[in-house]
Amino acid sequence: MLFFIEVLIGGLLAGVMYSLVAMGFVLIYKASGVLNFAQGSMVLFAALSFVSILAMGAPFWLALVLTLAIMVLLGVVIEKVVLRRLVNQPQITLFMATIGLSILIEGLGQMIWGSQVHGLDLGINDIPFNFYGVFISQFDLFAAGCAAVLVAGLSLFFHKTKIGRALRAVADDHQAAMSVGIPLKHVWAVVWAAAGFVALVAGLLWGSRLGVQFALTLVVLKALPVLILGGFTSIPGAIIGGLIIGATEKLAEVYIGPYFGGGIENWFPYVLALAFLLIRPDGLFGEKHIERV
Amino acid sequence: MRQHVKAIRRMARWIALGLMGGAGAALAAGEQFIPISSPRIGQMSAIGTGLSGGYIDYIELVNQRDGGVGGVKLAWEECETEYKVDRGVECYERLKKKGSTGASVFNHIHTGTTYATIERSVADKVPLVSIGYGRTDAADGRVFPFTFPLLATYWSQNTAQVKFIGMREGGMDKLKGKKIAHVYHDSPFGKETINIMNLQAKKYGFEVIHVGITPPGTEQQSQWLQVRQAKPDWVIMVAAGVMTPVALKSAQKVGYPVDRIVSGWWSGAEEDTIPAGDAAQGFITSSHTPTGTQFPVIQELIKRFYSQGKKGNMEDVKRVGSAYYNIGVIHGILNIEGIRVAQGKYGKKPLTGEQVRWGLEHLSIDEKRLKQLGALGLLQPLKTSCMDHEGGGAVKFSQWDGKKWNTITDWVSSDQSIVRPLIEESAAKYAKEKNIKLRDCSKES
Repeated sequence: MLFFIEVLIGGLLAGVMYSLVAMGFVLIYKASGVLNFAQGSMVLFAALSFVSILAMGAPFWLALVLTLAIMVLLGVVIEKVVLRRLVNQPQITLFMATIGLSILIEGLGQMIWGSQVHGLDLGINDIPFNFYGVFISQFDLFAAGCAAVLVAGLSLFFHKTKIGRALRAVADDHQAAMSVGIPLKHVWAVVWAAAGFVALVAGLLWGSRLGVQFALTLVVLKALPVLILGGFTSIPGAIIGGLIIGATEKLAEVYIGPYFGGGIENWFPYVLALAFLLIRPDGLFGEKHIERV
Repeated sequence: MRQHVKAIRRMARWIALGLMGGAGAALAAGEQFIPISSPRIGQMSAIGTGLSGGYIDYIELVNQRDGGVGGVKLAWEECETEYKVDRGVECYERLKKKGSTGASVFNHIHTGTTYATIERSVADKVPLVSIGYGRTDAADGRVFPFTFPLLATYWSQNTAQVKFIGMREGGMDKLKGKKIAHVYHDSPFGKETINIMNLQAKKYGFEVIHVGITPPGTEQQSQWLQVRQAKPDWVIMVAAGVMTPVALKSAQKVGYPVDRIVSGWWSGAEEDTIPAGDAAQGFITSSHTPTGTQFPVIQELIKRFYSQGKKGNMEDVKRVGSAYYNIGVIHGILNIEGIRVAQGKYGKKPLTGEQVRWGLEHLSIDEKRLKQLGALGLLQPLKTSCMDHEGGGAVKFSQWDGKKWNTITDWVSSDQSIVRPLIEESAAKYAKEKNIKLRDCSKES
């Protein structure tokens, strides 16, 4: 039983890490209705910028501020150079643009900062502590705390601020939002900058775990089933989805995996997400799309 | 300021690699052409920059110090593979006919690309060298005349690891009743050692449990909880890329001692341990090439290319003497020795791939030659033949002390009584499938 609880807690905490990446997707999707394929590259770019600035001798907080500035700038440039020209284009066009952006950002990151693998120490010990016989990672708890703060902050941003409400209007219909005076370009720039901030947080936490290297772009693979489950438009959904995916994939790997020869952790969340799609196409917390025909 | 200069240099290199498909010295008639497949971009870029850097530095050393091999200058061209099979094959096709006599030899630094080009290399008569990776049964030169998995195949490395554990336990007989977890990258690369682990378990009487890690290995907690639950005495890991630092952190997280984990050279670089931080301290790996700058050949490279502001192929001078750099230098030594040996038979002129193949099959590097090469201790003595394209089969073990790798053993030989029959059995199966007639090595000169 103790082992089951340990696997479950480990899974829940791993799920929080997936949610951190999923939140970046949600932000962009809420503003433009498009799955931002470049989110993984933004995570890598943020982490790579941070460690490279640190390596130049900058103190931690200065590196953090400078990286945040870089990510905000990146968001603004993406809006000005790419998205502004694609207003009112079909969503598939915007999606294709994010694929291009993904490859560009990856290449740019390695071109500017180099391809060397870096370690990243946030000063949080990853040695587990024993809680009534269950080993719990301190680092995972810290990540969960960060996710909670982010969720609270972003929820407030969406529901209590003018720009948050404008953003929801833009997500529904670009043209209608513009016709009532919502500055679409401004909203998109803000959202891409916010997604850059989320990428920075995810990049630091994942970078601390994996090392800052190219493989950071692959963490998005863990975020996709979380989005399907939680809904593409809900920040709390990203958290709940992450918890469900994290817990079930770990339990499945340990208890069902042996019957399949092991190694089911990668595809099991997608099967789960697929099953959810069939029952609830908008996910657990996604907005229902009702179209007038 | 130096960082800015570095960034600008990097951009220039990228533009060169991107627009021209690679970098290299201009080709002239009468030169021996060596293609260099490099994964400098993408997830394996640390291998690409380090290994190709060492390889190119060594080629340039031979050119500048000796005027080439037997008076024949070496020309090289780099081709970016991004560690992808399709790009690797494209590089092979693009460069195989370059130079007055075509490509001398390919080193793809990628098991998948090596597999993908084995048949092409026979048709094109260009040898493939895969040092520490590639197709293990290609060590049987009767079936694979153009493929050379030199130094130590995956299977040889694995038997040496079991031998190392036996040494640590006080003898191979002490393995009886022990438990070893085989934690492997759940891919064809990682699964290569399942069978050989089972055979050794039977031979030595230990229990083996197999735990697969789904690639790329960014999450491994459940698997390491399973390892901890099984309470193995040792873990033998087959890992690559991001799997290594995550494995070490996960082991630490579940309380498994890292100094009981033994892995291979794909986990044995600084780039594998630095991201894991403290969790890597005590981690043990086997490699066909130790790290360090103490070897005369590395000292010579430093003196010639990295002292007094001189510029070699490495952007980061601190990486000279690192795991991947030294492996790159070994690539240079072995490939060039193949050319040198072939010149003994075919004359001091640019040679064809087929002629270089003969040289690679007749390598005989003893301690005296290693001393001349400045590589005593860096490279094991080896002898290749028509039957044996591996040549060595030994590895050294190193342990990470938190800052650097320390070599903790001399060369530990592999157990060829297990490996060789498996190689011959697997190669014979391949020969039957492909309708290949085995070469009669007694008739080869």
